[in-house]
Amino acid sequence: MAADALLEVRDLRKSYAIAAGVIHRAKGDPSTAPGGTVGVDGVSFSLAPGETLGIVGESGCGKTTLARILLRLIEPDSGEMRFRGQDWRGARGADLRALRRRIQMVFQDPIASLNARMRVGTIVGEPLAIHEPGLSRAERTARTAQMLEAVGLGAEALDRYPHEFSGGQRQRIGIARALILRPELVVADEPVSALDVSIGAQILELLDRLRREFSLTLILISHSLPVVAQLATRVSVMQAGKFVESGTADQVLQAPQHPYTQALIAAVPEIPA
Amino acid sequence: MATRLEARGLTVELPTRAGWVRPVNEVSFTLGEGETLGIVGESGSGKTMLALALMGLEPPGARLKGEAWLRARAANGNGSSMAKPAAQPAAIESAGDNLLTAAREKMYTLRGGEIAMIFQEPMTALNPVVRIGAQIDEAIRAHEPRLARDEVRRRTLQALERAAVPEPAMRARQYPHQLSGGLRQRAMIAMALAAGPRVLIADEPTTALDVTVQKQILELLATLRRDLQLSLLFITHDFGVVAQIADRVAVMYAGRVVEEGPASEVLRHPRHPYTEGLLRAAPRLAREKLVAIPGTVPPLDALPTGCAFAPRCARRVAECDIAMPELIHASGATESHRARCILVR
Repeated sequence: MAADALLEVRDLRKSYAIAAGVIHRAKGDPSTAPGGTVGVDGVSFSLAPGETLGIVGESGCGKTTLARILLRLIEPDSGEMRFRGQDWRGARGADLRALRRRIQMVFQDPIASLNARMRVGTIVGEPLAIHEPGLSRAERTARTAQMLEAVGLGAEALDRYPHEFSGGQRQRIGIARALILRPELVVADEPVSALDVSIGAQILELLDRLRREFSLTLILISHSLPVVAQLATRVSVMQAGKFVESGTADQVLQAPQHPYTQALIAAVPEIPA
Repeated sequence: MATRLEARGLTVELPTRAGWVRPVNEVSFTLGEGETLGIVGESGSGKTMLALALMGLEPPGARLKGEAWLRARAANGNGSSMAKPAAQPAAIESAGDNLLTAAREKMYTLRGGEIAMIFQEPMTALNPVVRIGAQIDEAIRAHEPRLARDEVRRRTLQALERAAVPEPAMRARQYPHQLSGGLRQRAMIAMALAAGPRVLIADEPTTALDVTVQKQILELLATLRRDLQLSLLFITHDFGVVAQIADRVAVMYAGRVVEEGPASEVLRHPRHPYTEGLLRAAPRLAREKLVAIPGTVPPLDALPTGCAFAPRCARRVAECDIAMPELIHASGATESHRARCILVR
């Protein structure tokens, strides 16, 4: 394993059993055979600090399952994950907690991922309350306000509720919550797919700026090659649980080798230059 | 090219606590036979409300102003038309119907028969507990209630086939959840076209689909449009999709058309700063640096007096805040290329 890797992932696997029963069997194409379905099927990669890995694939390819495994929100069936050389997949107790704060996530749906009954200050400050319980209330508020400024919202957002914000602003709140612990790795799963084009561009710009300001390593997961193309230094194309092609962003986007990557690129409706 | 649909000053007003707001404000356009007009806008631009108003599906309490003329086929009369000579041509152009004022009963015959709509998420537009075939049968029977059962089913299968649904007979027996997203949208298209409308409104029909499936649906719509001389009003937020499918494009912002013209020209040489901004904010494979548009769309109950885009516009001058500019011909552009901006004079 590369000594200098931030995240090293080996042969991750996760499959789901299709539940038995009349309703489940009636689902889907009758021609497809019943049985287990594969979520993630032998994914390996190594990510150096400062890199941005774009993971692209269509619905059902396993990209969200992979994101959740990387965050340890679900357990893989097998495989290894090491973070800065430490065992991340097997970490327990205090080790797990210490590692968790270094790896954070930005979610797709800026409405569902924020608690509607909590004030923005509480939402963004909560990770601090959990991971830095020694902090005084005033210190926590100050750090939260600072973070809200960094994502372009301003301290006046502290006492307001999520519903008072637009979709783009809510995504900024989600990003502030992900960054407040100063993580080293951020996994963003479809961070702009629920947003309008002009707002999505603002969020991509923001992620890029924060990536530089906070020296972040980023995993950007999206169904959209053009979105990934904006930020990624490396791109992996995922199909049926596998990385079918990986390389530098330029290689994959300009000289795709795998037929599936070629088909994905050909299907992008391009705006004439 | 014969005009199929013509909107003049179409306005939708909705009551709010702050008074009446206009999600659609003085929108005019013409849609010719076999033509595709792309309506582009972000959320809140009024593009979906425009479509709903044309279909007579605006929310209760809405006030409609302006006109929307649908040039329908000449009416064949009622049951007594059986007595008329069979040789009478079926499709003489009539003066048309104003969709905004047509009686409820008239809308029943126009909807589906002359103008139909498909939606973004076919799963919510289809009835989950009725088989696909039965839902299409219903669309046909609504217009020809006396048709024999076998004939209805024959036309249903034909409609599915036209929408390139493989194994139409098998699919007709299935429920919506048994179909993939792409197939569901094909079934939706089959249903919309089953009673032979000549105008189809497609509201973000490919937004929920994977990009490879989107490509297939766009190709299908292009084929249908050619084969049936279908006029297509295609609503989308994606300029890439517009480039693929539209002959002309109208860009909407805060309820108004801010730029319109031939699609190729608007995409290559946008004249309104908003269109320009949207094009620069759209991610492309080419990895050019994105330029976001600062700020957000103003709420409808707090629109500025002048140009609605002015607060976000990098080229704003004092005159922008005086009054909403008219749609004017952009100097140096094609005759039909117009923009609502004082800078294009």
